[in-house]
Amino acid sequence: MTATRDRFGRPIVVVTGMGIVTSLGAGKSDNWSKLIAGQSGIRTITRFSTEGLKTTMAGTVDLIPVEPLSSVTLTERLADVATQEAVAQANIGGKGDFPGPLFLAVAPVEIEWHARQELARACAAAGDTDINYDSILKQSGGGRYADYHHRFMMGSVADHLADTFGTKGSPISLSTACASGATAIQLGVEAIRRGETDAALCVGTDGSVSAECLIRFSLLSALSTQNEPPEAAARPFSKNRDGFVMAEGAGALVLESMESAISRGARILGIVAGCGELADSFHRTRSSPDGKPIIGCVRNALADASLEPGQIDYINAHGTGTPENDKMEYLGISAVFGDYTNKVPVSSNKSMVGHTLSAAGTVEAIFSLLTLEHQRIPPTINYEVPDPAIPFDVVPNKARDAKVTAVMSNSFGFGGQNATLILTREPVWSNSHG
Amino acid sequence: MIDRDSAKREAWITGIGIVSSLGEGLETHWDALQNKTINVDTTTFAPYIVHPIARLNYDLQIPKKGDQRQMETWQRIGTYAAGLALDSAGLKGNQDILARMDMIVAASGGDRDLAVDSTIMNADARGNSPPGFFNERLMSDLRPTLFLAQLSNLLAGNVAIVHGVTGSSRTFMGGENAGADAIKIALARIEAGQSDIALIGSAHNSERKDLLMFFEFGDFNLKNEYSPVWARGERDGFAIGSAGVFLVVESKEHAQARGAKPYARLSKVVTDRARRDKGSIIPTLDALWTQIGASAGADTAILTGASGANRVTAEERAFLEKHRGIPVRATGTAFGHTVDAQFLLGTALAALSIWHRKLFPANDPTGFEAEATAAPNQIVVVSTGHWSGEGMALVEATD
Repeated sequence: MTATRDRFGRPIVVVTGMGIVTSLGAGKSDNWSKLIAGQSGIRTITRFSTEGLKTTMAGTVDLIPVEPLSSVTLTERLADVATQEAVAQANIGGKGDFPGPLFLAVAPVEIEWHARQELARACAAAGDTDINYDSILKQSGGGRYADYHHRFMMGSVADHLADTFGTKGSPISLSTACASGATAIQLGVEAIRRGETDAALCVGTDGSVSAECLIRFSLLSALSTQNEPPEAAARPFSKNRDGFVMAEGAGALVLESMESAISRGARILGIVAGCGELADSFHRTRSSPDGKPIIGCVRNALADASLEPGQIDYINAHGTGTPENDKMEYLGISAVFGDYTNKVPVSSNKSMVGHTLSAAGTVEAIFSLLTLEHQRIPPTINYEVPDPAIPFDVVPNKARDAKVTAVMSNSFGFGGQNATLILTREPVWSNSHG
Repeated sequence: MIDRDSAKREAWITGIGIVSSLGEGLETHWDALQNKTINVDTTTFAPYIVHPIARLNYDLQIPKKGDQRQMETWQRIGTYAAGLALDSAGLKGNQDILARMDMIVAASGGDRDLAVDSTIMNADARGNSPPGFFNERLMSDLRPTLFLAQLSNLLAGNVAIVHGVTGSSRTFMGGENAGADAIKIALARIEAGQSDIALIGSAHNSERKDLLMFFEFGDFNLKNEYSPVWARGERDGFAIGSAGVFLVVESKEHAQARGAKPYARLSKVVTDRARRDKGSIIPTLDALWTQIGASAGADTAILTGASGANRVTAEERAFLEKHRGIPVRATGTAFGHTVDAQFLLGTALAALSIWHRKLFPANDPTGFEAEATAAPNQIVVVSTGHWSGEGMALVEATD
């Protein structure tokens, strides 16, 4: 009989369904083949005018048209596509009757420009000569714009998914900035380990490439401005990296207790062996220069998985391509991995799909599980000018076959957010571990 | 060892921080509730009514001006309240504990620069915005740091920076139930041994025209004349209220080991989301009531965050009528609707009432809020979201 509990006696949490959509395409098959081929999904933005902007490219998902242009509606559609794929693969519950809670990583929902502009035009039509919030407030009531209230509720995407897929209980919308996807998975893992549920739906989604959102990141000097050619903009770990590339996408995972998955004969795609987190109190957008929060986060994940650094065969890096992140990630990893640092392959999916922000943690967990399935490590593309300060084996430019039993996936975000997941193919842990 | 059959650990509320339109701190709030104080501003945003934040000296909890400048008002309110909660738990500056303290914040965010928006709306509505105008205005006029004030998770980020809470940092969004789910998950983790001590909180700033606009889309704003929640009748709506509320919740063992005294025990939190398009929410409230397992004796009370949003408050009232023997208080009368902070405000006031062994007096001209006849031993916190989500908490005396 297979042991279904880990060495702490907790239920082992497995993945039985995965769905993904990124700038490379929709579905695991399309995404994996392009990722392994080292293709870039980054392209010149056509969705809105980029006149006057320093950055004109992004990893937009253009295959799902949304009219009028709305980040929250696209965010919802992306989540729908990914979740349908995941739930279908898991073949769990009845149609529209998922037997567990929803944890949704999603960007904060905001009233968008198309709504404000519609109100401004209504003011102009009513004869207002100076349009401001007092005048648009006067136009806002009476039910004409009731749909905007519902659409721009912070929980509107989660509510939609809960209705569509029939998840149980109060759906949770969460944000830990660029670590959100990893946090959604961690919340699902914790719920299953507590024995509250046998299954959880963990989704990360982001359709945020709008002019204002791009400008916000641009004003913080976070984005690459190497616009031509767009597919070469994302350069994690390279000396000539100059920022991250905004991108869209969604990843959905069906998590189950191993016991439940085995008893219903589900195919097990991988194991979420460990989760770690630790917040940074140094600065709103920068990591503590001593790297301690990242080091602690990575160590927490290893301890939770009962693994030693030497048992990690591949690190799916946060690897945004900002000068700061990549340097700090090397500092943190090398402090924990010591002499083994330069022996473990470390690549960045973001070199190809860009930074899918709130979705990144789920998207990259899925790529990590596909790495385990195919025993092939995706490359870091655009790696032409190595940064001597970051002597990682970055799996430069070409995918590599390798024996991979355990993967570490890192996510770090604004606001001092750090989260690390450890994914394995089979139950594995170190007997010698602390 | 975490096993579904193992005994759950007991959790205590050992720290409370509240700031609101009634002032700051526990004594001020208790006195204001005894005196039935209500602070509303009916003129600044007329015809809309808001409960504005009381004047605070932010330096007291956010010593660095640089930190204050990096925040918008809602974040300052929340960071201030978090400091009060840590003070009240005796944990301010205790790096050993703060470094492993878990944090879950319920937040919205999204503050706008109203002047920048207005410039663009004016030009746009008059057909006066040449290509590139929109981008040019945002690129030149937006403050770079405004983004950090718009991001929901940056309240938690600021609490980490200012107060050093770094064990973990998670932010839930989604209106009223974000607060309920935040404390529900913090409690579940403590009960299961996944966490020893947590800081749970929220902040809401009512003095925002962009927020009034959002609620106006759904015709939720109370207009023209203030009235207590139960007296609104067919007058639909709520007056949004400013508040910052943070709670320290820890396992009984952890509290005892450091000699901390409990305000109350946090016994249970349950949440759900009724399909409101499918009918009444009363069956969902009935089910939550059964799960929460209150004894319904003379020493039980109910604190509800009923907002005044017509249909749901009417349905919640019909639910409460079924428990007519239990005295009810609607926090929305004194505080306004504090949205993300509402459930945690109710939980904080429940713990405060348990600690005082006294329910604060009714503040309701309709008589629906009855005077309590006994000292409360347990209080059920009830929440119905104005649009989505229902939750309840059971707060009890520890002896």
